[in-house]
Amino acid sequence: MERVPILKIGQNLFVSIQIDLQDQSVVQLQEDLADELVATRATGVVIDITAVEIVDSFIGRMLATIGSISRLFDAETVLVGMRPAVAITLVELGLSLDGVRTALNAEQGLRLLNGSS
Amino acid sequence: MADLLRANEEKLLDRWCEMVFATARGRVSADEVRNELAELYGLVIRAMSAADESAAGELRAALAALSRSRARSGFSPSETAVAIFSLKDPVYEFLADSAEMVPEYLTFARMIDDLGLNTFETYVATREEIIRQQAESMLELSTPVVQLWDGIIAVPLVGTLDSARTQLVMEKMLDALVAQGATHAVIDITGVPTVDTEVAQHLLKTVMAARLLGAQCTICGIRPQIAHTIVSLGIEFGDITTKATLAGALEHALRSAGLKVGPA
Repeated sequence: MERVPILKIGQNLFVSIQIDLQDQSVVQLQEDLADELVATRATGVVIDITAVEIVDSFIGRMLATIGSISRLFDAETVLVGMRPAVAITLVELGLSLDGVRTALNAEQGLRLLNGSS
Repeated sequence: MADLLRANEEKLLDRWCEMVFATARGRVSADEVRNELAELYGLVIRAMSAADESAAGELRAALAALSRSRARSGFSPSETAVAIFSLKDPVYEFLADSAEMVPEYLTFARMIDDLGLNTFETYVATREEIIRQQAESMLELSTPVVQLWDGIIAVPLVGTLDSARTQLVMEKMLDALVAQGATHAVIDITGVPTVDTEVAQHLLKTVMAARLLGAQCTICGIRPQIAHTIVSLGIEFGDITTKATLAGALEHALRSAGLKVGPA
């Protein structure tokens, strides 16, 4: 199973998903991210899904769960770089990712976090 | 039979052309009719003589071409079919007094009937093709995405929203958002004649998808009657910003992008 690296940039954590997401790796990412949030006391999380071409309902829900977990540590989550096809899939699945903010690209995502914190 | 057709080609063809031209009411010239029919006539002879394997196929192809061009110049399918059927009359006039040719004539008549039906089918297929193309180009035409400002795009919707169109609108809008790096999208529904629960559902989906990309979406151009319908149906647009006019939506988008427009 491939692991997704978590980078710290300033007060934020940056997660760039470059692999085909397996259910296992998303669960692992959730745990890693929670550990990292505690260790670094980051105030924001940017999840870059530019390279993600396929999502299913499980991964969609996991992304929302990551948002909820981060909020427990008082950190805000921004999902960036979603592809149009992925967005359409999520909407058709009825997932609106309410607890998660979104931005067009990583730059705007970071600006969003720095502007609001 | 083929010999007979060949031997009397001039006379039969003349008579046939005369009959077809009489029904054409000036939509095609006499020369055109003659050229088309002469070709068909030759192919009919070849197909009848059975020596030529490819003749039947060629005959069908020529007929298909004929009925297609007829369909385009506004002939009804029965007119085209009748034109084909009318070859039987001169041949019958010719054979009327020789009883021994009757079985052969019947075979010939059956073949002509087949050909006539064939033109009918081609006509219908051509028409359907035209209708399909028009539906496609309408779909294309009806969903432009325009740039209003740097980072602000607008999608003027005209016509009823069904799921196929929503899908197309959604795809085009999201692609434009990504391609232009736009952060605001304005959906103008001035041209949408009615908004029922289904259309509202489609609009909501489009807005949700735009939000997932990180863009804000404003709906504008809700006419008074439509506002009334929306409220009577109990449709909730939730926290989606709605504005009365495109101007209002543009102002809203500019303001949330941190821009200000004032007197120069």
